[in-house]
Order: sequence, then C-alpha cells, then structure tokens
Amino acid sequence: MKESVGTTGLILNEPLLWERGKKGRSGFSLPRRDVESCPLDGALTGEGPDFPDLSEIDVVRHYTRLSQWNFGVDSGMYPLGSCTMKYSPKTNENQASLPGFAGAHPLLPAALSQGILQMMFELEQYLAEITGMDATALQPAAGAHGELAGMLLIYAFHKSKGERRSKIIIPDTAHGTNPASATLCGYLPVPVKSNDRGILSIEAVSEVMDEDTAGIFVTNPNTLGLYEEDIRRIGEVVHDKGGLVYCDGANMNAVMGIVKMGEIGVDVIHLNLHKTFSTPHGGGGPGSGPVCVKKQLEPFLPVPRIVEENGSYALSNDYPESIGKLQAFHGNVGVMIKAYSYIRSMGPKNLKKASQLAVLNANYIKEGLKGTLHLAYDRPCMHECVFSDKHQMAQKIATIDMAKRLMDYGFHPPTVYFPLVVHGAIMVEPTETECKEDLDQFIEAFKTIAKEAGEDPGLLHDAPRRCKVTRLDETTAARKPCLAG
Amino acid sequence: MKEIDELNMPDDVRYSDDHEWARLKADKVLVGLDDYAQDQLGDIVFVELPQEGDSFKKGEVFATVESVKAVCECYLPVGGKIVAANTALEEAPEMVNNSPYGDGWMVEVNPTDLSDMDTLMTNVDCVERLKGAA
Amino acid sequence: MRYLPHTDKDIASMLQAVGVDDLDALFMTIPEDCRFAGDLDLPQALTEWELNEHMQGLAGNMAVLPEYKVFMGAGSYEHFIPACVPYLLGRSEFVTSYTPYQPEMSQGTLQAIYEYQTLTARLLGMEIATASHYDGATALAESLLMAIRLTKRKRVAISSLIHPLYRRVVRTYFEPTGYEVVELGYLKEGVTDLSALGDMDDLAAVAVQSPNFFGCIENLQAVGEKVHDKKALFIASFTEALSYGLLNSPGSQGADIACGEGQSMGIPQTFGGPALGMLASRKKYMRSLPGRLVGQTKDLDGKRGFVLTLATREQHIRREKATSNICTNNSLCALCAAMYMASVGGTGIRELACLNHDKAEYLKKGLKEAGFQIAFDNPTFNEFVVKFPAGFNASYERLLEKKIVAGLPLASYYPELANHYLLCVTETRSKEDMDSFVREVAS
Repeated sequence: MKESVGTTGLILNEPLLWERGKKGRSGFSLPRRDVESCPLDGALTGEGPDFPDLSEIDVVRHYTRLSQWNFGVDSGMYPLGSCTMKYSPKTNENQASLPGFAGAHPLLPAALSQGILQMMFELEQYLAEITGMDATALQPAAGAHGELAGMLLIYAFHKSKGERRSKIIIPDTAHGTNPASATLCGYLPVPVKSNDRGILSIEAVSEVMDEDTAGIFVTNPNTLGLYEEDIRRIGEVVHDKGGLVYCDGANMNAVMGIVKMGEIGVDVIHLNLHKTFSTPHGGGGPGSGPVCVKKQLEPFLPVPRIVEENGSYALSNDYPESIGKLQAFHGNVGVMIKAYSYIRSMGPKNLKKASQLAVLNANYIKEGLKGTLHLAYDRPCMHECVFSDKHQMAQKIATIDMAKRLMDYGFHPPTVYFPLVVHGAIMVEPTETECKEDLDQFIEAFKTIAKEAGEDPGLLHDAPRRCKVTRLDETTAARKPCLAG
Repeated sequence: MKEIDELNMPDDVRYSDDHEWARLKADKVLVGLDDYAQDQLGDIVFVELPQEGDSFKKGEVFATVESVKAVCECYLPVGGKIVAANTALEEAPEMVNNSPYGDGWMVEVNPTDLSDMDTLMTNVDCVERLKGAA
Repeated sequence: MRYLPHTDKDIASMLQAVGVDDLDALFMTIPEDCRFAGDLDLPQALTEWELNEHMQGLAGNMAVLPEYKVFMGAGSYEHFIPACVPYLLGRSEFVTSYTPYQPEMSQGTLQAIYEYQTLTARLLGMEIATASHYDGATALAESLLMAIRLTKRKRVAISSLIHPLYRRVVRTYFEPTGYEVVELGYLKEGVTDLSALGDMDDLAAVAVQSPNFFGCIENLQAVGEKVHDKKALFIASFTEALSYGLLNSPGSQGADIACGEGQSMGIPQTFGGPALGMLASRKKYMRSLPGRLVGQTKDLDGKRGFVLTLATREQHIRREKATSNICTNNSLCALCAAMYMASVGGTGIRELACLNHDKAEYLKKGLKEAGFQIAFDNPTFNEFVVKFPAGFNASYERLLEKKIVAGLPLASYYPELANHYLLCVTETRSKEDMDSFVREVAS
C-alpha cells in the first residue's frame, strides 16, 4: 500500500481534570448578585462538591486535547456494522441550537410552543410515510427504548383483548437489546435459528409460534445484512395465531423508499434517528428511537400525543389505553430537529438514493474483499456485509488483530464478533456517504493487513501503534474495577 | 486456546458434560471448573458463588463465572448442600485459570446422593467426548 | 445532493464491479411483493438556505428568552451556559464518534466519561456513578428495578412528591412486571409522609425526591433511617442537580442509590430533551448497576487508559438476563455536564447554588409582602409553591400576554391544589424581573 490515511502525528498528553487547576481559579462568569444573602439552615447544607477549580483556558485545553484522542466520522471512515455511521450534516447542528428550540421549556402552554409542536407533528408523519405505518410516537430516547415501547405496545394490545401471552420469538441474528427489552416487559424470549442462507424460514417460525406467543421480534434487513425474503409469509404465520410482528428498524438505511414495512405485515417498528436519519451518535448518544405502528396499535401509543386542528397544534393526554410515558417529557427533541432537517434537506428522491448507494457501497466492499476474507454468506447483501477470520485463523490471526491493525491505517474497525452466529464476525457497513476512493483505500488496507498476517504477524498482534494508547488491559479493568478517581 | 492434547484433565476427579469437575473428599465433594472450561472462557474476572447452606439439585445453576466478554453459568455436578464456598475467588478470580483443580476450586458440597458421582465421566471419557465434538 | 459523494461515473464502475446492471438490480433479493413501487410522499428537498428560513420560522414560533420570562422549572431549568461548553462540546471528534467499543481510538470520550462519573459521584456523595441514562425519570425507574434485583423483593414505595411525570414513567416500566409500586402521601408542610411505611413489609426500596416537586428540601437523613429500619434500599431522587452545590449530598445522608436529572449542568432545555439521567450508588452495588461504566486501566506499555468495563452486566453479553436493555445512552449530555462542572468549579458551584436559593427567597418574600400565600412552610431551594386567590387563571393568561409565564399550575397533577402554582427562580432572573413579576401578579 502506497499511502495510508493513518499516520503518526503530534499526540499531546493531558492529565485528569482534578490533576489540573488550583483552588481560587474560575472558568465561569458568576452572575451578578443583586439580592441579599439569605443563608439556609446549616443542618441542610453541606460543604459543596469536591470539584477542581479551573480557569477557562484549563478547561478548553483539556477537552481540546481529549477530543484529539478520539476518532469520529468527521475524522474518517467508520464502517461499524449495524450502527450506520453516516456523515452528520452540519446545518442540522445549527438548526437544533436555534435559541427558539434550545431555550424552550417542555411544559410551556401549547400556544407558546407551536414551532416545536409543528416540527414534531410533521416528523411523525414523515416517519410514518417512510415506514408505511399509520402513526408515530417520538418519545423513546434510543433504539432499545423504542424496543421497550414496542414490547409495551404489544403487551397492551393483548391485554386489551383480555390476554396475557408469555413468550416472544427472537431470531438468533437479533441485536442483544432485543431479548433484554422483551424480558423487561415480562416476555420469555424463544430463540429461532436462521437457515443456511442466513435468513428465517417459515417452517422454523411455524414450529414455535403458538397462542401463548405474543409475536415475533425480527430485524429486517437482518444483522447479517440480508433481506428476510419470507417476511410476508412469516407475518401471516404469526398473525394467524393472534401474534404481532415487531420489526427492529435499526437497518432501515437499506430500504428507504424501497420497502414499506407497513405493507409487508409489520405491525410495529422502531427507527434509530441516530442511524438512518444522520443525527450524530455523540460517543454513545443521545439518540432517538421513535416507534411507528399500524392503526390497531395507535390507541396504546405513549402520551402526550400531538394533535392538529386547523393548523394549530396541541398536546393531548386523552388516550385512556395508552402505555403511559417513557421519558419525563417529549423525548429527545434536539435529536428530532436534526432528523427533521435531514429529511427536509434530502427530500424523497435523495432518501431513496441514499439507500441505493448504501447498498451499492456494501456490495462493492463485499466484492472487493471476498477473496481476502472469508465471506459468511456469499449472497447479494443489503447495506452491510459480514466476513469472518476463518482464512486468517490458520496463521493464528483473529478478527481482533485485524481490527486493531486497521486503526494504524487510519480506519475505525468494523463491528467485530457480532452477529454471534458467525464465528469471528467482521461486519462492515460503509454507508452511502463514503466515496469510491475511500472504499478503495479501505479495501486496499484490509488486503495489506491480510498479507501482513502471513509475513509479519507481530505487526497485527502488537497493533495499534499509532493511537494515544496501545492495547488496553481489559482484564484488570474488570477484575479490579476503578470507576471513579 | 489449547488443543485437546494440551488440556490438563487429571484422573482424580470426575467430569460433567458442562465441564465442571467433582472430587470426592471424605464424605464431601469438591467442585470446580475443568481446564477446558477455563481455557474457553479466557481470563476470568469475577466469580459469583452461592452462600454456605444453600441447597441445589444436581444440574442446577450454583455459580456464575465471568470473563471480560462472556458469562458462564455453572451447574452443580452432584446435588446437595453447600458446606463451603471458596471466597478467596472474590479477590483472586484468576485462580480458576491458574489452578483449576487446586486453589481455583469453587464449592464444597455435602451430597444428597453420592451415587451422583457415578453418573459423571472419567478423564478418559471426557477427552474422548471432546475429540468426538471437535 | 451534497451528502452523497457518488458521481454517475463512480456508480457505473461500481455497479460493474458488483456485477449488476443498475441500482434497482442491487435489491434482487427483495421479493417483488415486498417492493414499494411508488414515490415517498414527502416534501421536496430544500436547499440549505431554504432550510434555514424554514427552521427559523419554526423556532421563532416559541416562547423563549429574552422575550419571555419563564418562572417555571418543574424538572427543566433555565441556567446560564458558559460559551466554552457548547463550543467544546461541538468538537466533532466527540460528536461524530460511536459508543467507545474500540478504546484505543476513543480515549477522548472514555477519559471524559470517567471524569464525568467521578464528578457526578462527588456531587452526589457516592462512590460510583454510571456513564449516563436517558433522563431523570428513566434513571429512577432503572434504580427501582435495580433495588428489586438486589433485594429479590417485589414491592417499592415512592413519594408522591417525586415529579408526577417521573412517577408516570415508573408506572409504565412496572406495568408488565408484576412488581408493585406504592405511593406515599405528603404532609401539610410539603414533605413526604412516611407514616405508612410502618405497615409495609418486604419493601425493596423507598424513593424520595429532594428538593421535592414542591421545591421543599426533605430531611433525607431522617428518611434514610426509617427506610433502613425496614431493611429496604434508600433511593434519593432529584430533578435539580445544581441544588447539591449547596445542600447535603444524598450520599452523606445515607442514600444507597442517588438518581435524577442533570439537565441543569449546562444542557439546553430543548423542550425537555435530550437531558441527562444521573445514577450513582455505593460501590458494593456496582455489579447490579444498569448501563455503561467506564473504568481505568493500563495499556501494554503501562500507560494509563480507559475502557468500558463490567460489560457482562449488559444486554449485548447477558442478553435476556442483563441488568437493563440500555445501549445508546446520553453520552454527549454527560460530557456536557462534565464540561459544565469543570467550568463552574468547586468554588463556583457553591456560589451559584447559593445565588439560586437567595433569588428564590427574594421572590418568595416579595410575594408574601404583596399578600400571597406560600403554600408550604418548609425550606426550599429554587422552587416553591404559591397559593394564589381563586380565579388566578385569568391573571395567568393576562401575564402570558405580557410574556411572563407565572409558573406551573399544579391542579392537573394534584387536584387538591387548585390555584396553587409552582414557581422557579434561577440565576437567570434579575431582581428587576422579579420586582416586575410581583407588580404584575398583584395588579
């Protein structure tokens, strides 16, 4: 490889916050005291927290240096499978920080919050249109929270029919959050295996579906990056026994404008606005996980709901069958503003194009690397493709070694060791916002690493060498946890 | 990870299908994880043990062992009452890795029915079974 | 479209490499009966400049500072945010990274969250804190579920002076579990009535908020003793994290778990979210904590570094037996809070908290002198309840026209409190604002 993106550069050291600063410094312009002091009873007050005192420039240097030890989508390609690390447009950040949005109190009377209510109402409609569903609730804070909402909706639906079903079907390709969300809702997860083509078979689902099963929790496209070809028939099997179909919409980026989930038998789906709709992931959130549902589940959606009459918007709690509330207020509105701005900037044609290009990019990587890495399922993929370390294991090189070595070439590693059904999985999701040259460079880097694996395996075992730190001792971290300084 | 030939499978203990071992010690039974199990798990970071006095049937979960990225439930190979738990593992879980049949023992059981021991495998059977699965 | 980098030529050569004729053919594995044939019915694309105009129109249709004076808190507080906080928070290496699964490439986020955990633990007087939760309400629900796991009991008691919307969230989380939530009433002084605890056995936890929803400071130490007498865990909940710049921390008063809302720490209100669920506990409970944790360790060369740790509690490993289903949390909000706590500092946070308290006392005094009744005779922090004369709702509407929001009417949350309003004053309200507020309500 002639030239890699990754390079050594100046990495500045920086201590912990409380190893900096001195008592008596300040980084805050204390507001003027225009009222008299009025001390509280001493029995109620403490010493105040033991925070360091820092000047403004202490704080600025500290966080600027820390940021330089991080890698984001803005730094380079970040092909984490199942995470849709697409580019986050900057105008969206500006929109969310407009004072009219950022300064709004959540309990303002509706007449004084028409702007945000209109934005939320329209976003609900856009998401319902994209998924082919009838109604949307924006309140869930993240994907797993959306899943919980979906489970609660299914629970409420059965309860309204006087039923208490105890199980839910979850394929082996599911996200880890799926069984955890189902359990929170009191459901026993019933696993089903995907078939030799990496998808669910009608027979496998028919075998476990019964009248004590609340429904199925399916990810489509699934976590192998494959479209669930029999989803319609599987939906019929589930519906025939009175169950509902939940779709984990984490992978919606593959099918915007191409598949409407509401038209293929899905009853409830959650979306990840921080994946499909470009809002930044923030090092682990905040996200937003709206749920979209078919008519029959609408009465159970969380409250308050936004209602419109003659162009004016209001919040209504008048839904006696509602599951209640999932957050104190209305959800992650700041994230919604960014997703709304994205949808308005893209328009219907570009959303579809984004899905097409996401799938093109993934297939391009699949073709480019399938001679180098073992391809788990050699079939046309959707927005991501899953390889494994099968070829490299002969040289005692595992997925983790290749992943760490990729850092030295300036790429964030793909998702590794997931999905669990592929041993040593390497799950690559390039997203549509990566251009051909960057994909070529990524493919080239992986090929070089595979060559290194044969010629100089130490390079991989010792990787990474160009980050702030080398490989970290996670064992000691877990044996002797040190969670605060 | 070790090849099957590299495993240390001593003949003074019996083995369960789930890779717990059991060693008769007077009328009590000492229980731990075998070399295969500890090797598969990798560096063990935490062991959750039962309380002395807890009772379990043969095959019930009596402990959990955690590595950095995996959790393994341990099934009691002989039913009975826990008379001792190796609390030293709370501070030094790595003993399960370093000395699976010695300092890394997990519990001592007062067995309800000693014939449970007869249902367990010898080291030879256990290695054969591993080879069969490989 | 500027976010899609492919030229027509790129597309053609990539399609050739993949071996299909056109973009549609990429979707050959999707059966015909699953395909959507039409065009999405969405508004056509806007240019960046059209979007600006459209969004400014929407944002302009909101009641906010400086035009409006909002005397309302109730879980969302207007505080000054130093310019350096949003500026640093905008560093795209923080903003556009994922959950730090690859620690070598995420040391910035990891060290910053470790520092957040530490400052949060210190603020709340606890030994450890989690990396963040969605908001104060979900942090409370998760804390109650944690107590149920720890004690293996199935019933919890929560004060009716916990934020009513938090209690609604708790009920939602508990509905399908079969666990029982009992609500404790309140005394005429505006604090929780614990007398019902005497008859309750087998409680996993008792949760009390301080300052409570009426703004009153609860005697947490006395609460803690009663709760511990019942062998239950004591959960201290809060909506105004800034109050602990001045008040005794929950940990110092005997709380086993402290959880609540950290929005006051530099996070814009944004109609209620994203916010910041803070959750801290005693170290002995660390393996039962829900959500992510960052821990300190060393690299191969012996250098200090940070990783996500104790991951075996979490959904991606323990799946249906996980301590929570949480995955994505509110990491960037935690980072924001850390930046804010670092900027304000130990000395500053105490002065700022005093100022909040003193300003609220000033307004309280002004209203009293104008003849209004302060509903609860108990020390408060930056919120308090006023009982206005019957028919005040007309005045409330009149004040709205004058761009003053005169607090939160309590009747819809506490039907017995007709004409009661929860008022809030932070450092952002000047003496003049408060004087004119008193004049307006009295007129």
